[in-house]
Amino acid sequence: MFTASDLRKGLRIKIDNDPYIVTEFNFVKPGKGQALYRCKLRNMINGNQFERTFRSVDVFDEADLQEKKMSYLYKEEGKYCFMDNLSYEQVFLNEDQVGEAKNFLLDNIEAEILLFEDRPLGISLPNFIDVIVTKADPWAKGDSVSGNTKPVTVQTGYQLQVPPFIEEGEKIRIDTRSGEYLTRVKG
Amino acid sequence: MDALRLRAQMIQAIRRFFQDQDFLEIETPLRIPAPAPESHIDAVVAGAWFLHTSPELCMKRLLAAGYSRIFQICKCFRAGERGDRHLPEFTMIEWYRGGADYRTLMDDCEALINTVAREIGLDDVVSWQGRRIGLKAPWERISVRDAFARYATISVAEALRTDRFDEILACEVEPHLGMEIPVFLYDYPVEQGALARVKEADPGIAERFELYIAGMELANAFSELIDAGEQRRRFEEASRDRRRKGSPVYPMPERFLQALPRMSPSAGIALGVDRLVMLLADKSRIDDVVAFTPESL
Repeated sequence: MFTASDLRKGLRIKIDNDPYIVTEFNFVKPGKGQALYRCKLRNMINGNQFERTFRSVDVFDEADLQEKKMSYLYKEEGKYCFMDNLSYEQVFLNEDQVGEAKNFLLDNIEAEILLFEDRPLGISLPNFIDVIVTKADPWAKGDSVSGNTKPVTVQTGYQLQVPPFIEEGEKIRIDTRSGEYLTRVKG
Repeated sequence: MDALRLRAQMIQAIRRFFQDQDFLEIETPLRIPAPAPESHIDAVVAGAWFLHTSPELCMKRLLAAGYSRIFQICKCFRAGERGDRHLPEFTMIEWYRGGADYRTLMDDCEALINTVAREIGLDDVVSWQGRRIGLKAPWERISVRDAFARYATISVAEALRTDRFDEILACEVEPHLGMEIPVFLYDYPVEQGALARVKEADPGIAERFELYIAGMELANAFSELIDAGEQRRRFEEASRDRRRKGSPVYPMPERFLQALPRMSPSAGIALGVDRLVMLLADKSRIDDVVAFTPESL
């Protein structure tokens, strides 16, 4: 249980059965009047934002959020299925919840799934993953027109720009936060 | 100039302003056995006693003892107050005038702030966060009732009835106050002035004002309540309110109540020094005008 005086940026509370994160916070107190806590909140399920002023007598429940390590199993009808490595329990995330992470979903990749009262809200992947290049044009030596990069497709179907010496069948490392090529991985 | 150097100059200028008018500078204890019981001000506990939330009670005892023009620059402590304009430990300039009412204190504010601004090399215009505010007297004076009628979505009566007075004041009225010239917001509903005298012509109104510059509350003033019976009744009401909310209830300040009948009609005011520095140093956060915040210790 939180009271208004616990409010601060980043705090996650439950209002009307939805989890909210405090994105902006200010303490105001007119003259000899009561303390007011002006907050901007974002609904962690649908992303809606709103402003609300709380008083010191207001109390909130903590949003019951937890991150669980889960493995990616498969995609079916627009849903991504993950399995809890310990309980074998399965959850399904939609396209919005998976977001950009869909580009890096290797079979059985271990991800942190953010859950609100056992409902999945989002996913975070390891910062770096190694993937095999499945499609690349051959390196035309001396071809300076194409510049310093060329497009390739990796095993997850994701396309990105890599240095021209990368060839089909090679393994490369990608930063999942930026989606960019980092280095060639030997072996 | 660096905010701490400006702050030092301003405090010297404030001190000189009062000394030049034959005010006596005094110091009262920071640690006291009984802070004024007010609904929404929480004291910091210091052993079996408390750190004062303002020097008001001790200064009024000095008025009752015959010191009629006094000022004090001191630290005040309020538990749980922290924001862009609040520190749990802040600096106040508080002054009292025997034989005066709150209108004289409005004149004092105009003279004091103009003097301080001049001494740090500003003329009669202050620039704060991209806004220019003229300091030339006289400043605007608007009653709480008129300010609600002009800026708020509901009347004062409606705000009081629904227990939203503070919220409407802070969210709808304050942002408009003192944006071109400073504003005195005066004549509060009597329940909003626990230590203020009631207006003779209207028992529902307390002779209290707040000074606003650039939407920022800088000072709170009263024609002082000197009726000890009425003061005790209001303290008891505030204590009941605190108990209802589950806030700590403070001992009754008996020595203050005993001294009150000897106090002649007076007016008193407290002005936040940190906020005045914010204004004249063009800083948006109180953190930028103090040497250390609690978080940095």
